[in-house]
Amino acid sequence: MTEGRLAENVMHFARLLRAAGLRIGPDRVIDCVNALQIAGANNREDWYWTMSAVLLSKQEQRPIFDQAFRIFWRDPKLAEKMMQLMLPQAHGRAPKPEEQQSQRLTDALFAQKKQEQPSERIELEARLTFSSREVLQRMDFDTMSAAELAEAKKLIAEMRLPLPVVRTRRFRPHRAGRRIDLRRTLRESLREGGDIIPLVRAAPRELHPPLVVLCDISGSMNPYSRMFLHFLHAITNDRDRVSVFVFGTRLTNITRQLRHRDVDVAMAKVADAIKDWSGGTRIGGSLREFNWRWGRRVLGQNACVLLVSDGLDREAGEGLAEEMERLAKSCRYLVWLNPLLRYDKFEARPAGVRAMLPHVDLFLPVHNLKSLIDLARTLSGPMTRMNQENRAWR
Amino acid sequence: MAHPVPKSIDETQTLLAAGDYVADRSLATSLYLSLAMKRPLFLEGEAGVGKTEIAKVVAEALGRELIRLQCYEGLDIAQAAYEWNYPRQMIEIRMAEAEGAASREGLEQDIFSERFLIRRPLLRALQPLGAAPVLLIDELDRTDEPFEAYLLEVLSDWQITIPEIGTVRAEEPPVVVITSNRTREIHDAVKRRCFYHWVDYPDAKRELEILRRKAPRAQESLSREVVAFVQRLRKSDLFKQPGVAETIDWANCLVALDRVALDPETVNNTLGVLLKYRDDLEKVAGEEAARMVAEAKTAAAA
Repeated sequence: MTEGRLAENVMHFARLLRAAGLRIGPDRVIDCVNALQIAGANNREDWYWTMSAVLLSKQEQRPIFDQAFRIFWRDPKLAEKMMQLMLPQAHGRAPKPEEQQSQRLTDALFAQKKQEQPSERIELEARLTFSSREVLQRMDFDTMSAAELAEAKKLIAEMRLPLPVVRTRRFRPHRAGRRIDLRRTLRESLREGGDIIPLVRAAPRELHPPLVVLCDISGSMNPYSRMFLHFLHAITNDRDRVSVFVFGTRLTNITRQLRHRDVDVAMAKVADAIKDWSGGTRIGGSLREFNWRWGRRVLGQNACVLLVSDGLDREAGEGLAEEMERLAKSCRYLVWLNPLLRYDKFEARPAGVRAMLPHVDLFLPVHNLKSLIDLARTLSGPMTRMNQENRAWR
Repeated sequence: MAHPVPKSIDETQTLLAAGDYVADRSLATSLYLSLAMKRPLFLEGEAGVGKTEIAKVVAEALGRELIRLQCYEGLDIAQAAYEWNYPRQMIEIRMAEAEGAASREGLEQDIFSERFLIRRPLLRALQPLGAAPVLLIDELDRTDEPFEAYLLEVLSDWQITIPEIGTVRAEEPPVVVITSNRTREIHDAVKRRCFYHWVDYPDAKRELEILRRKAPRAQESLSREVVAFVQRLRKSDLFKQPGVAETIDWANCLVALDRVALDPETVNNTLGVLLKYRDDLEKVAGEEAARMVAEAKTAAAA
């Protein structure tokens, strides 16, 4: 293969990977061509490992990379043809992809224009007055009409979650800080000629801890989970270090989908990703999956966990207590948001609820706009009071 | 004495083998590329699969100095790159005063000179005494984003800017190995500048080869059984699978107990070397362990 052809093929391969969702910039394509020449890769295996060393940045990308590699480098001619198919004028005659091929890769290879769905338009004629906002805030998501929901979504989009800050081990200049910044002290003193040494002080920097949200989307949570997803979209885009998972009978990581700035696009992507909307609940199983697969990757650096669930578990709390304990022990604090808590007669009777309660640091209602606002307020207060408020439930 | 860097993937593999590191082709490829193209090697993988060891072996085999930067939360420039020697600076100021001579500018230039600079790992790696060293940035995931951002300048331009002196640039870039246990995702900007390699658990053949080199006192038959047992253990549903380091520890531990073959009782008593979580121990100890021992023995004999 001549140099020109090599570069061209690598470029097409990179384009294929990019279309499949890997983030590969032109710099890496150039690196890849150089690396292939330097490695003198003359067999398939070296070829594979050289490309993977340059083009991958996560182990999770490997399955996609593997399949793309198999398809593309088996017969570059074929791959070129496939790339042609991606151009709009050629679609429609694409051969059917192999069954086991990843959906993302198939989408990338055989990208077709998605059918434009007629979007539902809800016309909001009258601007809501202040007092109607008040009413809206107290109204349960359960009982809202479509128009009211639309307005509520607007309010939610503006919401922020001021989590309490944690102290980091980094310092910033501060007049009353405890630590003396020697470097700056010396520089300042030299400005005065070195006769007097005024002390420059520093205090620890404070930072929001990472936030991990586990949201129940089973049938019983249906009226609330959609609104809560809007809220999650607002806070995910408000700052970094937020991870969002949803669970019904299984766990889905939707952080990437929620990162889309446009709320409707984000919701559509989330809906695509979730396979168990409004089904049953396996809280214990889902938490276990989180603890085993994700806990060690997203709970670092003093993360705070928000668990949104009604605690109604199909498996009657089996194995739930152990997983809750593990979750509580691996995060800084664990907050449980429960929409059922609005009922005055709510009792911690279901087995699931009883298994979960002893391990949470804070137990709060979440069923209307006001409770979301309250949530923000409570979370920004000191955490010590929370345990006392909780005691009544235990 | 610094040795020349390998000139092909095969040579790289030989180099690692000479350092008693049993590497597969993929690791040799990534390492060769990083040496040839002078880019950092980014190693990710579970704890105990031998990520840190790679840097040590490379330093040893190339005859270069190994400079290690262990990351932790709140790691800052003063600990990672350089710091001024404040006590000595203060004494210098007092001395200048006592002599009553120094002008203000003269004094400032004097006390912010290289004499008063304490070199931390990053700066030492850029200004080595001999040949370009091997810089190991260990467990980068433990530190925070601001430090990663600082690393970008160092890793792409091989330079550190010290405001009082100027920019320090490396004459020859060091060999950089970055490891991560994946307790959080490292930013793409860092990964982009590196060659990525996922260090996986070894297969049975390679693990046996590792035991031959790292636990030479264990009998061949025992090593086979140990590997077969550990490989089975990794297939079961555990919170933390045992790494290669654990396999080596366990083999050495069985040798210390004068065992020449696995038996259920010994396995139960020493399971703590392999498994570090109570749930995992409870799950495996007893019948499960006995069953796996029997299987491992059959597999090892085959």
